[in-house]
Amino acid sequence: MNDLHQLKRTPFHPRTSVLCLPQNWRRWAGHIAVGSYDLGLEREYWAIRNHAALIDVSPLMKYLIEGPDAARLLDRLTPRNIAKLAVGQVYYTGWCDEEGKLLDDGTITRLGEQSFRLTSAEPSLRWLHMNAFGMDVAISEHTERMAALSLQGPKSRAILNRVCATPVDGIKFFRMAPNTLAGKPVTISRTGYTGDLGYELWMDAADALPVWDALIAGGNDFGITPCGILAMDMARVEAGLFMLDVDYTAATHAWIEGQKSSPYEMGLGWTVALDKPGYFVGRRALEREAREGSAWKMVGLEVDWEGLERVFGAVGLPPQIPAMAVRGSLPVRKDGQQVGYASTSTWSPVLKKYIALVHLQRPHYEPGTRVEIEITVEHHRRYAPGTVVALPFYEPEWKRK
Amino acid sequence: MAAANYDAIIIGAGHNGLIAGAYLARAGKKVLVLERRDIVGGAAVTEEIFPGYRFTEFSYVVSLLRPEIIRDLELPKHGLKILPLPSTVTPLDNGDYLAGWDDHDLTRRELYRHSPRDAEAADEYSRVMARAAKAIKPVLGLVPPDPSSLSWRDLRGLLKLGQYGASLGEKEIYRIAKLVTQSSADLLDEWFEFDPLKGTKSASGIIGTFLGPRSPGTAYVLLHHYMGEIDGAFRAWGFAKNGTGGVTAAIASSARALGVEIRTGAAVANVIVRGGRACGVALENGDEYSAQVVMSAADPKRTFLQFVGRQHLPDELVTAVQNFRVRGSSGKVNIALSELPQFTCLPGEGPLHRGAISISPSIDYIERAYDEAKYGQFSKQPYIDMVIPSMIDRDMAPPGHHVMSCFVQYAPYDIEGGWDDAKRDAFGEAVISTIERYAPNIRRAIVGKQVITPKDIERIAGITGGNIFHGELLLHQLFFLRPAPQWADFRTPPPGYYFGASGAHPGGGVMGAAGKLAAHEILKDWR
Repeated sequence: MNDLHQLKRTPFHPRTSVLCLPQNWRRWAGHIAVGSYDLGLEREYWAIRNHAALIDVSPLMKYLIEGPDAARLLDRLTPRNIAKLAVGQVYYTGWCDEEGKLLDDGTITRLGEQSFRLTSAEPSLRWLHMNAFGMDVAISEHTERMAALSLQGPKSRAILNRVCATPVDGIKFFRMAPNTLAGKPVTISRTGYTGDLGYELWMDAADALPVWDALIAGGNDFGITPCGILAMDMARVEAGLFMLDVDYTAATHAWIEGQKSSPYEMGLGWTVALDKPGYFVGRRALEREAREGSAWKMVGLEVDWEGLERVFGAVGLPPQIPAMAVRGSLPVRKDGQQVGYASTSTWSPVLKKYIALVHLQRPHYEPGTRVEIEITVEHHRRYAPGTVVALPFYEPEWKRK
Repeated sequence: MAAANYDAIIIGAGHNGLIAGAYLARAGKKVLVLERRDIVGGAAVTEEIFPGYRFTEFSYVVSLLRPEIIRDLELPKHGLKILPLPSTVTPLDNGDYLAGWDDHDLTRRELYRHSPRDAEAADEYSRVMARAAKAIKPVLGLVPPDPSSLSWRDLRGLLKLGQYGASLGEKEIYRIAKLVTQSSADLLDEWFEFDPLKGTKSASGIIGTFLGPRSPGTAYVLLHHYMGEIDGAFRAWGFAKNGTGGVTAAIASSARALGVEIRTGAAVANVIVRGGRACGVALENGDEYSAQVVMSAADPKRTFLQFVGRQHLPDELVTAVQNFRVRGSSGKVNIALSELPQFTCLPGEGPLHRGAISISPSIDYIERAYDEAKYGQFSKQPYIDMVIPSMIDRDMAPPGHHVMSCFVQYAPYDIEGGWDDAKRDAFGEAVISTIERYAPNIRRAIVGKQVITPKDIERIAGITGGNIFHGELLLHQLFFLRPAPQWADFRTPPPGYYFGASGAHPGGGVMGAAGKLAAHEILKDWR
């Protein structure tokens, strides 16, 4: 059958497709990805927060970067100090263009002294090659060759300890170790996109199904639950994690300057190692921004429930909040003047709060600032008050333990 | 003799007592909460009865916990998580089942299998009920005004209530008038024809009352179940992480963070009244604590008849409280299981195991169960509402094992000849053999079981009569009549002595409104 006019399927498709009974599919990096396995998102969401959610994250772009100059390439490409990245360690980072504006973000795993895996949301091969000019390095794209699963939730460790050849207790936050699962080699990193205890499993695409089956069988007693990307979307907002082309526009996708964002503006100042030696892409612009301060910043907004009750109560309704993350821009104002916007907003089931990732102009991004967010009440635009907070909104004590 | 001085002492660390304490501390008061048992929680406790198996011993779901309490006391920060309980499945005698899901298309599809007429009526029924619930809900947050009083406060309250009543449409008022007087059987007969559907829906009208589905007044209790639905995304209804003990643990943690002192193993003997005013409490061990105000979060009988001398109360009030109906009508069977119960109607592990499982094949079945209770027997074939907490929260049982919570009605407090071990065993056996008819592997799977009669509820949780609501939700025991006429505003005759628990307005369930409202009245009087 010729399916060249269809989106790609992940290596887990034979399992996920029979479970995705509501046929709720979404697009993700040229693949179809399960939106949700249930009609509602609650069960999958609570699996992330109370048990363990199994999420197919194979569409993530994956690159293998090897050779004597591999570390040098990544050090040049990203604002992080790759010299400090130990073998078996993972860095999260964004990377910029020469103007210090974000192109993409992802993780860098040091698999060996001269071997790294880079994940990204967007195709990056051309950018990698451009920056590798004159370097002794081999860059290969592994997206389809490699399957990836994210196991997220407080029971994820217990499940992996049950099904893996080696216990995972020793894997610290943002570290990685090789393991064997269902007789297949996997690498397991303690990473994720939910802000909970969680791991990501990387394996050869040919081994995907036996690994999935072993996890489901071994995890049942711990409440393992296949989970789509919509429930993960709620969790990642709670965790204060942003998404490319939703919460920021890649500099290469922007039509106008104003659409671009810097790492500082996105709250990634901690990833910019201005103390590292030598050139890296965007260094000069980032140095300037560090000196002069950012015009914008992405922070959290917690909307007052009383305020919601007031604006909805005015028409005789209880607050109507969609029970999922909404990727839509909403104006945010202060004293009647617009001072920014929300890029993603969601109901937080664990916090029982309506929260949003908001982008605010200086000085309104300071925690504690009172602002108002637009809310539609019976077809009328209204504003509900809220407070600016530091991210993340939610971080359980067991996330880093 | 302990001598520490407090602003307020709360008797009882159930959810209402803890909530009242937390609100008082939030207002800057120095608060002591005294609990008779060695653990906090009252009837909302989770206990490890068998090693590794944690039971939500009494109360097992969170229904109407007030959103503003969750917010004000920052309960999510203190560990409160309310997990979804997405379905109700009723196994039928013909080997089929009736399911209700939290998705209206799924429910309608299921109902079509049994009765297209009911399937099409169900949507309208739930809209009508939800609207009536929405109309009544604001009343729950009011301090009931006394209609016989001419005080400014009561008049203002009545005015508010009158204004609110006038804001409702005429049809809505008729609907509500009918709902509060009807039996749930009559209400359901107006809408539906399929017996198991009527049986299952009627069950929520009898929970915690000593009435059958054909008794007038039970339709109102049905309405209570729609209150949670109006919360929408807020979801105040479900199964709490770590059981209902998880709710009270979160409230206790919040209260402590606000500065509340909680003492367990401190049974109160009486409230000390001097010069006509409450000024402290005396414990059974002889310790005394003084405070400016005392609030009882115990049941009305203990609050009015045990903690204070009769000389401090008007005779009318004493008589009213003596006649307050607290007939316990339900029991619990908590079971530790080595495997999931396999229901013949839906074999294998499935979504039904994550929701409620209801033994309620018809209204007749439940009414017959009530007949036995009326004459002092427990039901041989009772109504049972089962939940498998370990399927909703895996921390409730060891991996691969399970706990099952069975709410059972009817088990009268005043059983003929009184409760004893043999009767308790026979009651437990009646429950197991009823379940066995639908899930034959149940007996083999039992690792341990705890049978709780209303007498046990009284003994363990300290609720007189063992009624789960501290007093039945009967029309003549609600709003300005709860717990007694003229004393529904959380005050009692001796100044400085207050009452805020399930036996006060607006009634029971893990709702917390009584504790919160009482705290507000206490603070009002403080000025």
